[in-house]
Amino acid sequence: MTDTDGTLFAQVRDPENRADPYPLYTRLRAQPVARQDDGTWVASGYAAIRALLHDPRVSSEDLPPAEHPATGNPIKDFFVNPIKDWITDRHRPFIFRDPPDHGLLRRQVMGQFTVARVRGMKRRTEALVDECLRARAGATRFDLVDDLAYPLPVTVICEMLGVPREDEARFHAWATQLATALEPESRNDEDLRARNTETFDAIAAYMRDLIREKRRAPADDMLSGLATTKDAQAGRMSDPDLVATAILLLIAGHETTVNLITNGMLTLLRHPDELARLRADPERAPRVIEELLRYEPPVHFRTRLTRAPIPVGDVTIPEGVPLVLLFAAGNRDPARFPDPDRFDPDREDNQHFGFGGALHYCVGAPLARIEAEAALTALVARLREPRLVEDPPPYRAGASLRGPERLLLDIRGIA
Amino acid sequence: MRDGTIVVAGASLAGLRGAEALRRGGFSGRLILVGDEPHLPYDRPPLSKHVLTGEVAAGATTLPGVGALDAEWRLGTPAAGLDRAGRSLLLADGTRLPFDRLLIATGARARPWPQADEARLAGVHTLRGRDDAAALAAGLAARPGRVLILGAGFIGGEVASSIRALGLPVTVVDPEPAPLARALGSVLGGFMAGRMEASGVDLRPGTRVARLEGDEAGRVRRAHLAEGGTIEADLVVVALGAVRNTGWLAGSGLSADEGGLSCDGACRALDEAGRPDDAIFAAGDVARFPHPLYGGRPVALEHWGNAVAQGAHAARAMLDGPDAAGAYAELPAFWSSQFGLNIKSLGLLEGADAMAIVQGDPGTGRFLAVYGHEGRTIAAVSINAGRWLPAYEAPIREGAPFPPITGGADQPAPAPFPPGLPSMQAA
Repeated sequence: MTDTDGTLFAQVRDPENRADPYPLYTRLRAQPVARQDDGTWVASGYAAIRALLHDPRVSSEDLPPAEHPATGNPIKDFFVNPIKDWITDRHRPFIFRDPPDHGLLRRQVMGQFTVARVRGMKRRTEALVDECLRARAGATRFDLVDDLAYPLPVTVICEMLGVPREDEARFHAWATQLATALEPESRNDEDLRARNTETFDAIAAYMRDLIREKRRAPADDMLSGLATTKDAQAGRMSDPDLVATAILLLIAGHETTVNLITNGMLTLLRHPDELARLRADPERAPRVIEELLRYEPPVHFRTRLTRAPIPVGDVTIPEGVPLVLLFAAGNRDPARFPDPDRFDPDREDNQHFGFGGALHYCVGAPLARIEAEAALTALVARLREPRLVEDPPPYRAGASLRGPERLLLDIRGIA
Repeated sequence: MRDGTIVVAGASLAGLRGAEALRRGGFSGRLILVGDEPHLPYDRPPLSKHVLTGEVAAGATTLPGVGALDAEWRLGTPAAGLDRAGRSLLLADGTRLPFDRLLIATGARARPWPQADEARLAGVHTLRGRDDAAALAAGLAARPGRVLILGAGFIGGEVASSIRALGLPVTVVDPEPAPLARALGSVLGGFMAGRMEASGVDLRPGTRVARLEGDEAGRVRRAHLAEGGTIEADLVVVALGAVRNTGWLAGSGLSADEGGLSCDGACRALDEAGRPDDAIFAAGDVARFPHPLYGGRPVALEHWGNAVAQGAHAARAMLDGPDAAGAYAELPAFWSSQFGLNIKSLGLLEGADAMAIVQGDPGTGRFLAVYGHEGRTIAAVSINAGRWLPAYEAPIREGAPFPPITGGADQPAPAPFPPGLPSMQAA
């Protein structure tokens, strides 16, 4: 029977359902593409998401309609604010851009995410994990979020970008604040918007100075590369695009990885057999991580905009409506994954949406995999008899970037 | 069927993937793979690319999974005949291999230069197998003064690209008006021609080679053109397509010729009267099957993905019967990398009467073209835009109106035009 409840997606966003949104996803999938009462369309079936991800009529630009001068999302609105004289909507970060501009910007960023640079971060990441664990030596209680999952990705992305170590603390604060802007709810919260705008101005000003410094004295880091490399087609990246890109990389490289590590450890603790197997055989880590990306992905959905009417199966999504691609629901679609609610790292053919897909497929995926592998293999090897203190743990506000606010573990020490 | 003996004739991609699917499907009997080359199954796509540029050794192309397969290998012993009544495969060394089921995956070989004595000249190469690639790579490593490539199809183009990457002078001749014209039409062919010439290829479209000339030592020196004139070259690559390895089936009563071994949708081989043989199956380049997406027209696909999917499909039909497997309907798909371009294709372009650039712009070197036939979408080709291609899979499968998608973010109203396929020029 078709579930005609047009509030299902509103229920997904309700913090009450943060710990376990999956039953709602199952109900949503009964209609793989469904209109919600608020006019949003939600794609929750695997095949529909895959088709829409690749469909050129689906736009990532999500420009505010003329009658609403702002989307309510400061990260986006900053670029459409006419008062900011040197940044316009032409300089949004490439996650919010369509072809052909998207491709030009993305290519320049990909050019900096070199294999050598990402590989080089592997050892560094392992050392950072080791530092985090040593700092808590002797502890019997461990908060995975504060003690490891949160500090690790910020340090990694700051080092990749080339942010001086002494400025990292400020980045932690900025990244935390700005991540709230990616949630639909933030649009209606005046206080939050004001704080986000303030944060955005601060980080943009900081980035402008840092870029100037990188131009003056380039180092072997991504920001220096972006600031000094000239693309054959696009030329040199403009300052507004550079600022936008740097901020995007900071947030995307940070908030998502926290969740991958935390959700990962939570899932392993809920599946002790799998935790024991990973401990005994660290080479299972890539399989475990791919399955985590399917089973408990760090990003549950992304919102797009339709540029034309799009037929999908037996419905047609109208032009000009917000379209939610509910990746986490597609990842549990029984039509695509046998026994989808089972956590099974031995699963073959695991083409999940854990990193999205198509043109906007996560640029930082290789880095995320390295960080998750370093963190999870060290955690299962070195935390002695870890036990969850709270299950479910308390969650952060986000329904899209979904993850625990803290993950308290009782342990018998750290090896 | 889960036990007994299954023989796989052909130890390349389709045979290997078929054999793996048999084991995965629960086949616990005796599994024998027969190969004409002495090598374990290897991957062919690198042979025209990284192997020629020296980045990958020809011997380093063995396919993953080979070691894990529980099977007996008969390598270096080609299949030489088929005794259908006696349910036995005959090998060139005289061995007789009885089977309960046979999977024929003998593939294809490079079409040789028609004049055999000229083809034997030192420095004249074809490219199909690992040994061919090793020989060609060695020839290139000797830094020939000029390389001549006969044929501007996919292999010719990829080889030319690798040779330019090595910094060697290369001439490509082809009777068609543009490279890849037979496969992609002269519109995309024209785009490719620009790329090839910009990369320093001496491209001679609309040109035929009448004969190759060697020196006293039996080494190729020059090619004489049908239109008159010569091209000096001390290395020649013959890239004139492939012929199916079906000669060994002569006298077996199966319907086979240079164009392939006919089979039905369940991959069962057909006899000369068109009746399926329940014990003999075919997959990969050698299999000519009726494609349901193209009106049941028999097609034989030389595609990597087809070898994988059809091998698995044949395995399913062998284990669970033709009804359980259903009709093989994999959407044809292939890719090629040359001159810094990643070319990907979905569907079959044959018979297309219109095309449209629906995304991107050839001026930027990044675009996607769809092809139509009588108002329906039949195929799509992406150039450096592979991530755009999956959107067109469903419209091609469904035969959606052409062009299938309009209102895209960067190309709202595409204008159709003729693709310039050879079939159209003949008509």
